[in-house]
Amino acid sequence: MDINFSAQDIEFRDDVRAFFASEYDAKVAESLSSGQGEDYKEAIVVWQKKLHAKGWIAPGWPKEYGGTGWSVTQKFIYETERGAAGIPDVVPFGLKMVAPVIYTFGSEEQKAKFLPRILSSEDWWCQGYSEPGAGSDLAALSTTAEYAGDNYIVNGRKIWTTFAQFSDWIFCLVRTSKDVRKQQGISFLLIDMNTPGVSVKPIPTIDGKHSLNEVLFEDALVPRENLIGEQDKGWTYAKALLAHERTGMAEVADSKRMLSNLKQRAAAEVNGGQPMLDDPVFQMRLSDIEMQLMALEYTELRVFASMAAGGMPGPESSLLKIKGTEISQAIHELQLQLAAYYGGALQGDLTNQQLGHDFAAEARKSYMYGRAATIYGGSNEVQRNVIAKAVLGL
Amino acid sequence: MNFEFSEEQVMIKDSVARFVRDEYDFDTRRKIIQSEEGISRDFWTMFAELGWLSVPFEEQYGGFGGSVEDLVAVMEELGKGIVVEPYVSTVVIFGGLLSAATNEELKSTYIPKIIDGSCLGSFAFLEPQSRFELADIATSAKTCEGGFSINGTKTVVFNGASADSLIVATRTSGEQFDRDGISLFMVAADAPGVSIDSYKTMDGQSASTISFKDVLVTDSQLLGAVGQGMALVDQVMPNILLALSAEALGIMATLNAITVDYTKTRQQFGTPISSFQALQHRMVDTFMACEQTKSLLYRGLCDANKAAVDPSVGTAELLKSVHALKATVAKYGKLIGEEAIQIHGGIGITDELNIGHYVKRLMTINVTFGDADFHQKKFNQLSYSNF
Repeated sequence: MDINFSAQDIEFRDDVRAFFASEYDAKVAESLSSGQGEDYKEAIVVWQKKLHAKGWIAPGWPKEYGGTGWSVTQKFIYETERGAAGIPDVVPFGLKMVAPVIYTFGSEEQKAKFLPRILSSEDWWCQGYSEPGAGSDLAALSTTAEYAGDNYIVNGRKIWTTFAQFSDWIFCLVRTSKDVRKQQGISFLLIDMNTPGVSVKPIPTIDGKHSLNEVLFEDALVPRENLIGEQDKGWTYAKALLAHERTGMAEVADSKRMLSNLKQRAAAEVNGGQPMLDDPVFQMRLSDIEMQLMALEYTELRVFASMAAGGMPGPESSLLKIKGTEISQAIHELQLQLAAYYGGALQGDLTNQQLGHDFAAEARKSYMYGRAATIYGGSNEVQRNVIAKAVLGL
Repeated sequence: MNFEFSEEQVMIKDSVARFVRDEYDFDTRRKIIQSEEGISRDFWTMFAELGWLSVPFEEQYGGFGGSVEDLVAVMEELGKGIVVEPYVSTVVIFGGLLSAATNEELKSTYIPKIIDGSCLGSFAFLEPQSRFELADIATSAKTCEGGFSINGTKTVVFNGASADSLIVATRTSGEQFDRDGISLFMVAADAPGVSIDSYKTMDGQSASTISFKDVLVTDSQLLGAVGQGMALVDQVMPNILLALSAEALGIMATLNAITVDYTKTRQQFGTPISSFQALQHRMVDTFMACEQTKSLLYRGLCDANKAAVDPSVGTAELLKSVHALKATVAKYGKLIGEEAIQIHGGIGITDELNIGHYVKRLMTINVTFGDADFHQKKFNQLSYSNF
């Protein structure tokens, strides 16, 4: 057993490192971490355009549509280096969620119209799946699309829509047939956010930020040509996408970097003259996380190795999302614990020096918003249901 | 990158698995435990004939020339059968120390005897006061005419009752906790002055308290240089921990499989209890615990292979990995064992069912060479001191 890469792969890794080091400069990093509202969007677009110019914006896509043509190993190396460098992933809704559906199930016209604008970050997308009455039980969704003339008339409410406030388009699961099994009457529809009858209402979250929204549809007219594939087959398309997304959710490289930051902060935070990093109880909490992360790193490598060898990921792949999110939450928790009193401060325009602490606001926000990680993308309870059925045959 | 066992490793793994499946059923094991010696000499001879006892030894001594990876392949399958024959004591620990020894005469005398099955060996290290600290050695070996004289008491010597030969950790110089001044001697179990009191252990194996009174040994019985015994122990310990963890992994996987199967057949409230979500999620957690343990074992193997190539860069990483592994084996082993019992319900606490016996071996492995807290503290020292 070994985790050695080939000479070519190491060369590739060095290229990726060099590119990140020169292009992801302090200015880009600063605007991404502190930008608010449209400034934040702008910062993301600037970075994504750099990736696009390099041809690296969509490693997961087939080469013919603008993918990189990388091997499984190269994709893995790229993701690892990105996480290790502290670079946020691309906004997934266009590039990783709707695009695979479009290039797999969409018409030639749809591919030509949407894919290039997704690659160039000209179009921003959001995801219209969840509804007030359809969370984990997604197939219970009730937003309707009634076919009339050449249009669908859409009515209903989508919720938890990340970045709807920035988006040009939303991809939706809508109900087109009733009186059939609930999964069977669902269609996959692409909707222009500027359509009359579509409105966005912010949902402030406990981190004090605005990323989530409600999206309302009131008699919104959507042209027939925006339907993906066949009517009533939307559930199948959405499920195929889920399978596409299931690997690569462990975010080991990101957690390793967060843990390393946490250790540095624990070495600097002092209690009774003793660095927290030397506190035996704190050390136990820290190593509880670190040992699990060391295990997860190899679980991810095992999954990747079997895929690189041309096989399917084994049953161990199913735990990546659960363990990955549990570990990142545990790191957030410990970081907030480290911030102690300062974790509760709403810093506003106060400088770190005025406040007397330098990572408290970030610790609070990442803890608060980090709670979402075990809820979205199929809550960890739903993930456990999936493993119980698919892996253990219960 | 590669996480597959080699063709040769798969062959030996399959051969152990076949033995466990076809010849080492639960009743056979129970009869062996109840027999006078508590192990089967017939099976031991068979292990020798099948080459299992030769796995980790160098070819020049008649061994298979295997690595710790080969040893792990065997141990995982032995774990699945909770095999009580003293493979760990004799091959992994006693044999491991001999392999690391520098005394060629001892090596060429004893290793072939381990391989042909004629020598059972044990490592006598623990003392009443020493708990997990290996360097806490009071048993003395003082120079005398003709060599050294050993005096002291060793406790919990695994398989001491059947052992023909003992490797005894003694203090030849220094104070109680000093790492320098410890010397390892090969001592015959029936040497004058050696007395052995044995008892059964809950995992179906046995251990002994062994006292040494004016036991005379010579230079030729030293495994390595005088006073440098800890270096040998340190060198072998990662392999011992990897092998024990592999055995534990085999047990954990078996416990999970038995439990999942049981819930599919056990009916309550008119339905198999496998349909209850409260149980399903717990079995998913034990499944994940087992996979995560396997990942740490593989991490340890990769690090061991790296350290074997270049110890100067690889050893620190290897130590971190094996401490993390052993701590995790103990924690997740406990989780899996307790969940297996709980999910089985009343039948889970009966002696008749195999579940409890797997659990008891896991509990024994848990404390062998340091429990979860001990290894986590070692991990902390390596990771967070001088950060």
